[in-house]
Amino acid sequence: MTDTTTTPPEIGGIGHSVKRVEDARLIEGQGNFLDDIVLPGMLHMALVRSPVAHARINGIDTEAATAVDGVLAVVTGELMDQHGLAWMPTLSGDTQAVLATDKVRYQGQEVAAVIATDPYAAADGAELVDVDYEMLDAITTPQQSLADGAALIRDEKEGQTDNLAYTWETGDEAATDAAFAAADRVVSLTTHYPRSHPSPLETCGIVADVNSVTGQATIYMTSQAPHAHRTLFALVAGLPEQNIRIVSPDIGGGFGNKVPIYPGYVVATAASLLIGQPVKWVETRTGNLISTGFGRDYYMTGELALTNEGRIQAMRVDMLSDQGAFYSDAQPTRYRAGLFHVCTGSYDFPHAHIKCRGAFTNKAPGGVAYRCSFRITEASYLIERLMQTAADELGIDPAELRLRNFIQPEQFPYETATGFVYDSGDYPTALRKALDAAGYDELRAEQAAARAEGRLVGIGIAHFTEAVGAGPAHTYDIAGLKMIDSAELRVHPTGKAILKLGVKTQGQGHETTFAQIVAEETGIPATDIKVIHGDTDDTPYGLGTYASRSTPVGGAATAMVARKIADKARHIAAHLLEAAPEDIERDADKFHVAGSPDQAVSIQDAAFAAYTNLPEGMEYGLEDVTYYNPPNLTFPYGSYVVVVDVDPETGVWKVRRMVALDDCGVRINPMIVEGQIHGGLTEGFAMSSMQWITFDDDGNCIGSNFMDYLVPTAWETPRFELLETVTPSPHHPIGAKGIGESATVGSPAAFVNAVVDALAHLGVRNIDMPVLPDRVWEAIDSAGG
Amino acid sequence: MLPAQFDYVAASSVEEAIAAKAEGGDETRFLAGGQSLLPMMKLRFATPSKLVDINRIAGLDAIEHHNGHLRVGALVRHADIAASDAVSGAVASAAPWISDPLVRNLGTLCGSVAHCDPEGDWNSVLLATGADVIAQGPSGSRSIAIGDFVQDFFTNSLNDDEMVTAVHIPVPSGRSGGSYQKLERKVGDYATVGVAAHLELAADGTISAAGVAMTSVAPINRKATEAEALLVGNAPTAELFAEAGAAAAAAADPRDDVRGSARWKRQVVAAFTGRALAAAAEQAQA
Amino acid sequence: MEITVNINGTDHTADVEPRLLLVDHIRTGAGLTGTHIGCDTTSCGVCTVLVDGTPVKSCTMLAVQADGRSVTTVEGLKTADGLHPVQQAFSDEHGLQCGFCTPAMMLVGAALIDENPAPSDDEVRWAISGNLCRCTGYMNIVKAIQSAAAAAASSNGDS
Ligand SMILES: Cc1cc2nc3c(=O)[nH]c(=O)nc-3n(C[C@H](O)[C@H](O)[C@H](O)COP(=O)(O)OP(=O)(O)OC[C@H]3O[C@@H](n4cnc5c(N)ncnc54)[C@H](O)[C@@H]3O)c2cc1C
Ligand code: FES
Ligand code: FES
Repeated sequence: MTDTTTTPPEIGGIGHSVKRVEDARLIEGQGNFLDDIVLPGMLHMALVRSPVAHARINGIDTEAATAVDGVLAVVTGELMDQHGLAWMPTLSGDTQAVLATDKVRYQGQEVAAVIATDPYAAADGAELVDVDYEMLDAITTPQQSLADGAALIRDEKEGQTDNLAYTWETGDEAATDAAFAAADRVVSLTTHYPRSHPSPLETCGIVADVNSVTGQATIYMTSQAPHAHRTLFALVAGLPEQNIRIVSPDIGGGFGNKVPIYPGYVVATAASLLIGQPVKWVETRTGNLISTGFGRDYYMTGELALTNEGRIQAMRVDMLSDQGAFYSDAQPTRYRAGLFHVCTGSYDFPHAHIKCRGAFTNKAPGGVAYRCSFRITEASYLIERLMQTAADELGIDPAELRLRNFIQPEQFPYETATGFVYDSGDYPTALRKALDAAGYDELRAEQAAARAEGRLVGIGIAHFTEAVGAGPAHTYDIAGLKMIDSAELRVHPTGKAILKLGVKTQGQGHETTFAQIVAEETGIPATDIKVIHGDTDDTPYGLGTYASRSTPVGGAATAMVARKIADKARHIAAHLLEAAPEDIERDADKFHVAGSPDQAVSIQDAAFAAYTNLPEGMEYGLEDVTYYNPPNLTFPYGSYVVVVDVDPETGVWKVRRMVALDDCGVRINPMIVEGQIHGGLTEGFAMSSMQWITFDDDGNCIGSNFMDYLVPTAWETPRFELLETVTPSPHHPIGAKGIGESATVGSPAAFVNAVVDALAHLGVRNIDMPVLPDRVWEAIDSAGG
Repeated sequence: MLPAQFDYVAASSVEEAIAAKAEGGDETRFLAGGQSLLPMMKLRFATPSKLVDINRIAGLDAIEHHNGHLRVGALVRHADIAASDAVSGAVASAAPWISDPLVRNLGTLCGSVAHCDPEGDWNSVLLATGADVIAQGPSGSRSIAIGDFVQDFFTNSLNDDEMVTAVHIPVPSGRSGGSYQKLERKVGDYATVGVAAHLELAADGTISAAGVAMTSVAPINRKATEAEALLVGNAPTAELFAEAGAAAAAAADPRDDVRGSARWKRQVVAAFTGRALAAAAEQAQA
Repeated sequence: MEITVNINGTDHTADVEPRLLLVDHIRTGAGLTGTHIGCDTTSCGVCTVLVDGTPVKSCTMLAVQADGRSVTTVEGLKTADGLHPVQQAFSDEHGLQCGFCTPAMMLVGAALIDENPAPSDDEVRWAISGNLCRCTGYMNIVKAIQSAAAAAASSNGDS
């Protein structure tokens, strides 16, 4: 492991595997998750959801439900409409029904809500709400949706005459086409990145407590972005922003699922306002899987133009995304398919062109960045699968093909064909290191021997580059809010500190790592720093935690505010040492006069002096705030190698080894970084092997609970071997790039490439995810294997 | 997801349980491990008016050898079977693959048998081994051959006032072996394909009795009778087992679904039948 | 129905509806919120508690079934001597991230090492295969349970 520490363990700055602060409460069952919150007089809400995918609502009979013992109210779309709240804006500028008034447009859509004194009574009431549905044909694929004569799903939307949700394109079409026309070889791949769901183990929920007398709305909710949510609540519900307090308590995993605002939140808040009592709503697992933000669902055709030697000349992509009934992707405004244009990957070529259309269908809306920075998972998957295809078609070893095309270390900063400026990297070293660890040459020899015996062994490679940490204000905003982030640091007279963040942890360990950044920059021991986050009344503004932006943006803000504090402390130290501030140097934990290490003042002494003994003209106190507008994104990368054994009789495949090298720049806490990688690799394995949401022809969701939506257990999950290189980001204050999502982004292609590689000699070039055993067996069988 | 209201009685004897069940009739259900019934009630797929909890009845939790068979009482949990030294063959082989470790700590074999879920594993094992279900009613006990007990999916042949008190699995006196092969997508998943095989060998090494039954590839757990007929009287060879596999695949009636194509499932039945028989033969020959 | 359930050594008597799930009795009735709920289909295991020492999913057991029995939840793991070895090991080995699955994982781990003082990687994975974790990829959970087993074995050896 690379040692990047500069502080002693007592200080626990960057590079130390400091044990997590948050563990103490969680291992004793003292976490405070949303469902643990109980307020006096709190009521419970259950949602009534549509059992069908597309139908007109002719009426809703709430009489029997209202008569149930304990039921106080049944809320319908009609009632919400009276308050102007039947519809709400989405994060992509569309509108979404809060409670359906005209039609239901997907199975699971919210139709009514029952408010009762306890959850059992609310469930009884929900059973008895009688909705009169007039069935309409369901449109279940984007291809059907855009076909001539398809019924209009969004008939309520002014100006909408077809089912097209958006179109987007980028890159130089003419130059790309010219490169393709001139190419020796063109390879192409058509594949579907299936719909997946983040499904954190804690579902979404809210406790809304609106005081009708004071107008104060205290809203506890499972939110990855409490500040942004406060602003959106203010805009949607018309409540004054200063009276809204969003508290995001301990979060049982987010992965993008807890970024959007869901109808249940709005209804519970409205109900609390109308009834004058707190209202709790905790989603069922089924509700979570069938109605809240899914990820992916892109149909992609990618092409590479190559020379005979395998040098890429250009890339062309045509895509169609299935948006569901409402266009509600959580993504930067300017980009309709997120940051998909990072699909040029780790390779040096001049031209690319990407076209994308999105279609409405009778499925749940969503389009969240499921453990990824906005469509980067799809982009990375496409290029890395295309590299495998090109290797197989051109008969070049897939590792060699990548080495021939990599952006070279000396080319950084490197501007890609689609306009990203990659900050830093050394791709050849990373790939070679991963191949060596896996024993690549021996594996290829073994593969050849196995094939001779009729056994199937596959070796899959993926070398991905991510674009994370959105983002610079000139380019990135969500719903108009610039994607900056903040940190506020207060050092108290005894030298203990409180750090307040605009970002919000969901298990990533911010309470530990952000304290380490401050420890590094100030010398205050990490254990003396309390990190506060998630409460909008008590923290500075920020856009939240998703898209791996906490460390790149919030972490940078933390480093910068700590530097401001350290600088003021240096001035105070100069005053105490009766020296000029320019002559003061800082060690890990003290200030001293240059050349005289004995004449020293600790950060704690300086903190005390900030409240007791200041130089003339200096303001009292030792606290500050920084709003950080990053100059660029950061670009973590990695090289993954997977080895699989495939059973030719059944198509069942097993991962024999998974070697994962990640370069995320400087690692603040190596232990936590590794934990993030383990988790991400597992989700990548899940998507490639079993985890997806599909629908039958009537639009019924298959994958609506954990019996059908498969999350792997410890038994199926491969063992992972981790490696690293460290290439700091030159523009980030501490050189860190972000790691929360790399492994989810990079690993699916590695797993799929491995299975395809096992069958490559039979002529198999693609198997769509999830790579189910029947798909593998059918591929073998139809190849005549 | 929370269950609807119901009445609840905890019976302290089989007689009391049967009486309580008889009184409530069709709308009353026994509660054993609750690992099938309670999930269905939470989803409100089942809304019984009364539950008769049999968990407090003494003497139903034994696994014992008795008159040439293995007797598994109504409160024997899947985990008890997986941990038991008394079991062997297909029964021992299947037990660890039923659902997951926590569900196995509560769910019972008899409950599973009574439930008649075509995706349940135990009924295939019982069909392959030729087990009997012991049902007790107000006027005494009767023994029902497993093939007669399983009527249809989620339908058994118990009368409204009968309870399963045990299952009797024959224990051959000669050389025998058995195996259960299950393809599941992950732990806790029901079988995509399951095949139970049971073989008995005559003194000359030929197969004297054979049982093959399949899970999740027909509307109910299905015995592969043609495959069984092919096996009996012949020497256990790889070719024979492949033939039996093909016969079992032909007898299967799988559907295309999210788990995979019907064509592929038949292929897996063939492969698994061969593997289960080979494992059974190896055990019998050991 | 009136029931008395011993939870972590204390009797809790309450008048409950037969349909009340044990998990709700623990969380709402006894106010012990370390036991979580994560699914509707008995699949995730975050509701795991020990009933008379055996790990079960408390979302799939009625509170009335626990009448007269003893239940251990995460809040009952710590003793007067301090943290249970699994608790310490989960923190030391970074066996948790969001912590939502953690109480269940620790209880299963504790029950496992009671029976098997030195479980292998496979044995741990098998034992926790009724419990999902969405964050950790299980690597460090396995490590934590094994290291707790080693710690428990060495402290038993001392005494
Ligand atoms: C997540 C999960 C995964 C599972 N995976 C599998 C699997 O892979 N394979 C598999 O085979 N099973 C699986 N199961 C089901 C499990 O094995 C159940 O334990 C079993 O099906 C039912 O047994 P039980 O004792 O829990 O019965 P209960 O749920 O109590 O009862 C089931 C039905 O049988 C009736 N009944 C129970 N006992 C008797 C009796 N003695 N006499 C008459 N009627 C009775 C009940 O009234 C009820 O109608 C799974 C369950 C879950 C929750
Ligand atoms: S809550 Fe998921 S198994 Fe109990
Ligand atoms: S730590 Fe988050 S689910 Fe396990």
